[in-house]
Amino acid sequence: MTKKQIFFIAPLLVFLVLVGYFAVGLTRDPSVLPNMLAGKPVPEFSLVPLQGRDSVGFKNTDLLNDITLVNVFGSWCVACRVEHPFLMALKKQNLIPIHAIDWREEDKQAGPQWLKRYGDPYSRVGDDPKSRAAIAFGVTGAPETFLVDKKGVVRFKYIGPLNDEAWRTQLQPLIEKLRTESPS
Amino acid sequence: MRFYLCALLFVVFWSPAGLAVNPDEILKDPALEARARDISKGLRCLVCQNQSIDDSDASLAKDLRVLVRDRLRAGDSNEQVVTYVVSRYGDFVLLKPPFNSATLILWVGPFLLVIAGLIAIALFFRKNQTTAALPTGAKPLSKAEEKRLADLLAEAEQ
Repeated sequence: MTKKQIFFIAPLLVFLVLVGYFAVGLTRDPSVLPNMLAGKPVPEFSLVPLQGRDSVGFKNTDLLNDITLVNVFGSWCVACRVEHPFLMALKKQNLIPIHAIDWREEDKQAGPQWLKRYGDPYSRVGDDPKSRAAIAFGVTGAPETFLVDKKGVVRFKYIGPLNDEAWRTQLQPLIEKLRTESPS
Repeated sequence: MRFYLCALLFVVFWSPAGLAVNPDEILKDPALEARARDISKGLRCLVCQNQSIDDSDASLAKDLRVLVRDRLRAGDSNEQVVTYVVSRYGDFVLLKPPFNSATLILWVGPFLLVIAGLIAIALFFRKNQTTAALPTGAKPLSKAEEKRLADLLAEAEQ
């Protein structure tokens, strides 16, 4: 290769590398953040119960000894309303306990009223008006759902409203795998 | 007319100090508050991603600002606060990307390109220097030709 050819080809190569980076980078959804908790124990948290629902609340130690889901919702969240019928159906099948963080309610009554109106699929629910638990989980928007294994380790995070397809293709296989790893 | 012009200028150029930090969030200790502002300016709002939490009115940004202040009050260092938030949201939450293996090209790339450019310029000019005086296609004189030229010049001087 002559010098002249190198001078011609080098900028072209640099350009192609840049095109490669942009082709990948610009098609990524910036609102989908990596799950920093994957493979790590659930963060420590202790939330008070929803007014009038129960008196136990929800804390991190509740997530030991069983494979569980932790759903982050809020009565203000439209996508959660979309997701809700799926969670109700899931609850009916009795496959897995579903716990919830009721995130950023400005009114103490809003969460419990919402559950009364649309149904309550949850085992434990904690009130998180100041986002303490939500931030500890790295939540950026609702709904988000975490899959926690028996040792209280976060295995998976699903961003957005859960639905049948996501359940069949992503969560269910993972849950089955966890169950065969450590049968009860 | 003048009034309307003044009114227009007022509307265009007057803006309230665009402060997202609510008065009730501000810490009593000014040194601690200054540190909180400093940290907040470097943390990305996860809702409106090109704003810092210091600039953003999003509710999650507000809660993060309060969290930063609570941690500072509890005695955390600036680094400890930032490390906590990064441990929850990843490096993306930092408005200034850290220097690590994933961002190596980002940080070093521009310098490499400048160096490559300088080398290219140097090569270009060195090439031009040796060929500048010659018409295209011409070769420099060989030893024998140079000797003959010197002889001819000497002859002409006599």
